[in-house]
Parts: sequence; structure tokens; C-alpha cells
Amino acid sequence: MTGKIQKSTNSEKRGRLMMKTWQAVKRLLPMTAIFGLILAGCGREDLSVLRPQGPAAESSLGLMKLSIAIMVVVLLIVFSIAAYVIIRFRRKPGQQEIPKQVEGNFKLEVLWTVIPLILVVVLAVPTVKAVFAAGNDHANDKNAIKVKVTGHQFWWEFEYTDYGVKTAQDLVIPKGKDIAFELTTADVLHSFWVPSLSGKIDTNPAGTINRFSFSAPNEGVYRGKCAELCGPSHGLMEFKVKSVSEDAFEQWIASMKSPVAVLPEDPELAKTFKNQCLKCHAIGDQGLAVGPNLTGIGSREAIAGILLNDDTGVDGAPIEENLKTWLHDPQSVKPGNLMPNPKDLGLSDAEIDGIAAYLANYTLD
Amino acid sequence: MAQAAHTLNPSKPLGHGHSVKRHTGLMDWITTVDHKKIAILYLIAGGLFFGIGGFEAILIRIQLIKPMNSFLDAQTFNELITMHGTTMIFLGVMPVIFALMNAVIPLQIGARDVAFPFLNALGFWTFLFGGILLNLSWVMGGAPDAGWTAYTPLSTSTYSTTHGVDFYTIGLQIAGLGTLIGGINFLATIITMRAPGMSFMRMPMFAWTTFITSAIILFAFPAITVGLVLLTFDRIIGANFFEVGAGGNPILWQHIFWIFGHPEVYILILPAFGIISEVIPTFARKRLFGYSSMVFATILIAFLGFMVWAHHMFTTGLGPVANALFSVSTMLIAVPTGIKIFNWLLTMWGGQVRFTTPNLFAVGFIPTFTMGGVTGVMLASAPADFQFHDTYFVVAHFHYVIVGGLVLGLFAGLHYWWPKMFGRMLSEKLGKWTFWTFILGFHLTFFVQHFLGLMGMQRRVFTYLPNQHFDVLNLVSTIGAFLMGVGMIIFLTNIFLTSRKPADAAADPWEDGRTLEWSIPSPPPEYNFKQTPLVRGIDAFWKEKTAGHTEMTPAEPVGSIHMPSATMLPFLMSVGIFIAGLGFMFSRDEFKSDFVGFMFNNYLVTAIGLLITFGSMLMRSLFDDQGWHIEPEELEGEQI
Repeated sequence: MTGKIQKSTNSEKRGRLMMKTWQAVKRLLPMTAIFGLILAGCGREDLSVLRPQGPAAESSLGLMKLSIAIMVVVLLIVFSIAAYVIIRFRRKPGQQEIPKQVEGNFKLEVLWTVIPLILVVVLAVPTVKAVFAAGNDHANDKNAIKVKVTGHQFWWEFEYTDYGVKTAQDLVIPKGKDIAFELTTADVLHSFWVPSLSGKIDTNPAGTINRFSFSAPNEGVYRGKCAELCGPSHGLMEFKVKSVSEDAFEQWIASMKSPVAVLPEDPELAKTFKNQCLKCHAIGDQGLAVGPNLTGIGSREAIAGILLNDDTGVDGAPIEENLKTWLHDPQSVKPGNLMPNPKDLGLSDAEIDGIAAYLANYTLD
Repeated sequence: MAQAAHTLNPSKPLGHGHSVKRHTGLMDWITTVDHKKIAILYLIAGGLFFGIGGFEAILIRIQLIKPMNSFLDAQTFNELITMHGTTMIFLGVMPVIFALMNAVIPLQIGARDVAFPFLNALGFWTFLFGGILLNLSWVMGGAPDAGWTAYTPLSTSTYSTTHGVDFYTIGLQIAGLGTLIGGINFLATIITMRAPGMSFMRMPMFAWTTFITSAIILFAFPAITVGLVLLTFDRIIGANFFEVGAGGNPILWQHIFWIFGHPEVYILILPAFGIISEVIPTFARKRLFGYSSMVFATILIAFLGFMVWAHHMFTTGLGPVANALFSVSTMLIAVPTGIKIFNWLLTMWGGQVRFTTPNLFAVGFIPTFTMGGVTGVMLASAPADFQFHDTYFVVAHFHYVIVGGLVLGLFAGLHYWWPKMFGRMLSEKLGKWTFWTFILGFHLTFFVQHFLGLMGMQRRVFTYLPNQHFDVLNLVSTIGAFLMGVGMIIFLTNIFLTSRKPADAAADPWEDGRTLEWSIPSPPPEYNFKQTPLVRGIDAFWKEKTAGHTEMTPAEPVGSIHMPSATMLPFLMSVGIFIAGLGFMFSRDEFKSDFVGFMFNNYLVTAIGLLITFGSMLMRSLFDDQGWHIEPEELEGEQI
């Protein structure tokens, strides 16, 4: 090959080189395409493990990167030996002599026992360190915000124990502060997961209650999910984590404690709302805490955790529409959920729409 | 037993063992105790359940093809994922493993049958009836819906109100009985029935992995059986083992399940390791590299396999000490597994590799399984697993191990031993089509799922919102699943077309067979070996061939061969257990008909079932079965 190139003229050489380059590019194209796809496909900032938004998620990703690096090396070695063997040692036509029967090779076998052992140690040491670091749950940290998380089929309840505030579906936290969680369930097992902020942990029943903590240094809304099969609507049991400034958080707590508007203005509707809805739901200091707390529901990111509120209509629908969708037939939105259909409770379409409008406008300052 | 009779009476048959009732047609299959026929039964039944599980998978993938799809409703989806997992693990791949073990192990160790032919049949029939019971749930009020792991409290009667989970607990107990019986049988067979000269360290690798797998079954299956019994009691007669309000603990179920569940992974993969260790040397025309380190690695994997169950529970909240310990112990498994991978590669090094269909699957297995292995090590790191756990990353990982590992291994084994089992070579052309469609479909389906998981898609979700960057990857995954389906259809076509060809496979159809099974005709006669062979080294048949012999040196003169009698009893016993299980499940139900209610609510149906089973056992105990003999004249007459 080299001989041929030496003989040819410069322009030919260049032409051939370009051909070669082009061929190499052609060969690399699928690979570049795949890598491009992967890079573009790191997922949403508010959802992806690959785009961490807090120290806990960063620590997990750091370990992942380390393990991926080690494993890519292992894969490359295995793949290259395999490729070499498959190409080099094909049986050629007419090949009849028996290959040498090799029993083994002590040195080689020791080599590929010891090297993996070393690789395991390289990964095990930071793993153990991170495991114990993750064990710091900030439960006794005075500066941490204590939140009791309760999983329900199929919604999330958040109780700020130091403030006496309960809410549902939207977890509001001050940015940068450690949030000390205590997690439990009211029914079956769920798993509390905000991928871009932290790994997940199960919500177990009494006796095996879990604690852990994370923090979100930046303001933003992050998507959370239930990660343990918990029934038909397991896949729809989503929630949001809203990281806000410390002032905004204090203000939010204050308005949760003494909400402005409480009941619908129309007295008839208020009566229906009180007699039917508040038998399970709470609003301000009224009602019961069987179902999700509705205080300030108009300010939330989603209805029922899954119908995203978006006035532009790109990611979801305006909140009032979402509320109507939900209230007209809760089972069609979240199959298996425990809320009775308002129509079965005797509410008319007009009443349902009225309540939807009232809830949609029931925002916090 | 066959050999014991010989040593006592080498030339003269036992006087009373002669009369033998020969069945034909269906009765032959129901009453057979021949390991080769039981292998075929396992293959048919396992194949059928594998098909059902595959169909369920296709339905799941259709539902997930686009966001907010309404092809399936949420409840049906949960039933499908539960049944897909349960069916594939317990009723799909395990029976096919048992099919190959039954077809090959007695031949590989130079035995005429397994140690307990009667138990062998019993094992098959209990598995089959357990599997049928489980699948009856589809038409009897709803399938189980709590996932194949059936985590409590979701699987308790409070939250899973149909009989679905009862079908799961009782069906798996019955099927598990069959597995346990099979495991014990292979342990006894391998310990006691090896041909003269076949020491443990001369056993073929597949015999070794079968031996170790059987040992794992022996220790792991009792755990799940206990768990299932406790859950049955909770559900049917109101016990409180997992009921928090009454002092029970749902986490207990997770421990019991995974103390079984993790070794189960090795029950599945070790036989595949064995198959690969047979296929690669054959088609490289070289002995297995590092045989003793392979044996050592197998034992070590089995041992460590019992030490790592809590890595399935990192997010359960066991605390840092447990998480750290189980992280490290899990990572350690990578070491013996790595030894195996490199030994296979070095077996091919310097060989003359021929890419027949079985070898394509075996060679395809190595990189694919390695990919599943490395993600396994990544999952072992607990703080990283907090993110991976219960996402599509895990789904991708275990499908790489089970499909990319075990199923590719099973395909290799089936193509490899098909001529030995049926006397017909599968078409190489169709075989290669199967390989390429299946493996391409496989990587297309599952490679992208790693990224779905990392991008925040949790597993077992019946649908997902749009605009989460999940749509394209899910579409790709579904396309891949269909491609795998095409591969399966080509495989079935291959089987069908092959079955119509004459059974003319040579004794050693791959020409480079190394182990004893290739020294006897394809398919082997009922008694396998006319004369028990003398084993003079590892790869016994290859050794004889290189010494210029065309067949094994016999270890005994031609004599009458003692055979076990065909019997209906294993079938009847299993029918009995099936009826008893069904009766117990519905014992607390209300029925429209008074008579039916009376029968069920007073446990009479259960009693009838148990009566059939225990009656059959009594028959087995009271009436001595002497078996029958094949005489030397008959052997010579057949011109073997």
C-alpha cells in the first residue's frame, strides 16, 4: 500500500487521502449519529438523572461516571479480543489439522482475576464512602426543613412538621437548604423519586420508616415520580418539587397558614363544596385530611399530579380545563384512584364547572 | 438403579421384570419416564409458555409505543407485566433449561437415565399443572397484578382483591415443587450415575453447571415456597405475616423473595454458561481454556449468589452498613464472571472457529452478556442504584442478562443439541436468519432502555406523559421487540420445516463433538448406551477420536438392560395437587349453586385433590415396580 502511494503523484495522493478520509467518515457516521443522539438525549433538565441539579444527584452521577468509565474499559478489552479472535481464528476452507489443545495458562488466569479485583476495589471505595455520606439524613439538623412525606394511592402528601402546614402534590422548598425527609405510606409501598435532585427511597409503613435528605441549590420546578409499583395508576403518581427563594418560602408558609379566600363566593356552591368536597379534602382550617389538601390549589403546577397546568397549551392545558377534566371523570384520568365521581355524589355539571372555576382561581399570594 | 441391577446380575435378567406394557400415542407421553421424552415434554410446554410470555411482551411494547396511549388500560397492563415476568422466569426459560438438562445430562455422563425416572416425570407434570393453574387466572377473574415480585402490601387481599395473586402463590408453589424435584434428581444423577472413569473433574462443563444449578435450586426454592405459603395464608385464611396493623412486616416479604430471587438469577444463567462452554470448544475445535478455573468460578458464583440478595433492596432503607456490605459483595461476583468471559475468548484463540448457528448464538452471547454484566456492576454501587433502581435502566440490565445471556445460550443449546434430541438438523440458513433478526431486535429493544431509565422513566408504568424525551426511544424499543418476534417466528418455521424432513442426522452431526452424547446415535435409543462407556479423560469422545477410535471403549459386556416402567402415577399426582390448589383458592368464595358452595367452602374439593395425590403415592409405595429388561438379543437385533 505504502509503495503504491509513494509512486503516485501528489495530487493523486491527496485525492486518495481524501477518499480515505471520506471513507473513514462514512464508517464513523453511524457512530457519530449514535453519539449525537445520546448527547442530545440527556433528557429534561428537571427530570433527568444525567443533568443533576443538586449535590445528592451529583454524587450519584459521579459514581455512575466512574463506573461507566471502568466498564467502558472492560467492554473495550472484551470487544477487541472478541473481534480479533472472531476474525483471526476463523476456520479456513480445507483446514484439517487439529489445533493445539491448550489446557489453560496459569499466569493469564491470575491476570484476569487480579485486574477485575483491582477494578472492583477502585469502584468499591468511593461507593462505600458515598453510602455512608447518603446516610446523613439531617433529621437532627436545626437548620434543615423537616418534611414528612406520605405516599397515598396515587398522590403525595407533604407535611411541614415545624410549621404545621400540610399540602399535596407540590413540594415547596427553600433553595439551598437541606430538606430532612421522613417518609411513610398510608397504604402500599411507594418510592419517592426526584431524579434531577436525588436518588429514590421507598415509603414504608410504620415500623420501617425511612429518612433521607437532599437540597436544591437553584430555583426551579423539578419533576418527581413514584418508582415502586403501587397499583393501576402507579405511572401517573407524579409530583413537583418547587425550589424557591427563602423569602418566597416563608411567604408561602405564611399564606398556607392563613389563606385569603376560603370558600366559593356563591353561597349555594359553597354549601355543596362544604358538604361534599370537604368531607375528604381540607382547605385552610376547614375540612378533613383524607384526600389531598386543596389550599391554594390554583397556584400548583398540575392537577392530580399528572394534568399539567400550562396556559400556553404546550405541555398541558389551562388549570381550569384540567380541573374540569379531572372533576368530570376522575377515573378516566387516574384509574383506580379513590376519589368518588362528583356526579355520583349528586353534583350537576354546572356545579362541577363552578367548583373547577373556584379552585382554579384559588391562588396563594 | 439400572447399574445396580447389572452389578448384581450381569448376564441374567431378573426373572419377574419382563412383562412391560407399551403405550402408544398420547398415553405414551403421559406415562413416559424416559428422560429424552420428558425433555421433549419440557421443551413443548416451556416453548408454549415462552410464546405466551412473548405475546404479553409484545402487548406491553405496543402500549408503550407512544405517550398517553390507550391500547391497554392500567389494570390490564399491570396484569400483563406481572404475568410476563412470572411466565418467562418460571414457566418459559426454566422448563427449556430443564429440557436441555434432561436431554443431555444423562448422555453426557454416560448414564442410561436419571437417578429417579419416576420423580423426573412427577417434576414435569407438577410444573405443567402449576403453570396451567397460573395462566387460568386470565379467564377466571383476572390475572395477578402486583408485579412478578408480588411486593406486600400491594399483593395482600386488601389491595389486590381478585384471585389473581392467589393464582400466583398457589400456581408457583405447585410449579416450584416440580423444579425442586428436578433439582434434587439432577444432583443425585450427577453424583451417582457417572460412567466409569468420569471423575468430577472430567465432567463436561454443562454437567458441572447443571450440578451447581441443582444445588442452588435445592437451597433457594424452599425460601420462595415458604414465602408463598405465608402469603397464601395471609390472603386466604387471614393470617398476618405481612399485615402491619397486626404486627406483620411487609419488608419481610422482600427479604424472603430476594433470598430466593437472586440465586434464581444464577439458576437461570449458570446452565447458559454451561451451554456456551460446550458449544464454543466444539466449534473452535479446541478444549475449553482453563477448565478448572471455570469449575471454580461456577462454584464461587453460586456461593456469592446467596450473599447479595439485599442489592435488590437498596432503596428499601436498610441503612448504610447493609448497603455498603451488599454493594461490595455484589461487585465481587464480577470477578468469577470475568474469568469465564476471558476463558471463552481464549478457547477460541488459536482455534479454528466455525460459525454454525449454535456458535453464532454462543459468540453473540459473549459481548451481549458482558454488557449485561457491566451494568450489573454499575447497579451494585448503592448510591448510584438510588437512581437506577426501579427504572428502565434496571429493565435493560436484567433483559441483557436474561435474554442476551440465557436466551441466547438456550438458542445456542437448542440448535446444537436439536439433532441429538430429534435426529434432524435444523436448517442452518433459517438458523442464521433467526440469529440476526433476534439479536438485532434484542439490542434495538433494550439498549435504548438504559437511556430511558437515566432520563427519568421508571419501570412498570402503563403510560407516560409526552415531552419528556421518552417518545423516540420507546418507539425504537417497540420496533426492536417486533424484530425479536420475527426472529421467533423464523425459529418456529425452522422447527416446522425440519420436522417434515427425514430423521437422518449422524451420531456426531457437527463432526467435532467432544462429549459422550455424540458417541451414540441421534436420537439415542431408549437405553442410551448399549454398553456403558469407559471414560479416559476430559472430552471423552474427542479423546477417543484423536486416538483413532470411532466409538467409545465399553466398560461392560453387552448384557440385559434394566429399564423403569412407564406409569400414569406422576400425572395423577399432579392432577390431584392441581385440584387441591384450585379448591383451596376458592374455599372462602360465595357460589350461586349451593352444591358447588358446599364442595368448596368445606374444603371438599381440596380433599378430593389431596386424596388423588396421596392415593397415587400410596399406590406407588405399596406396589413394587420391578421395571423391565431389554435383552442382549434385542440389542443385537436393532443393529446398533
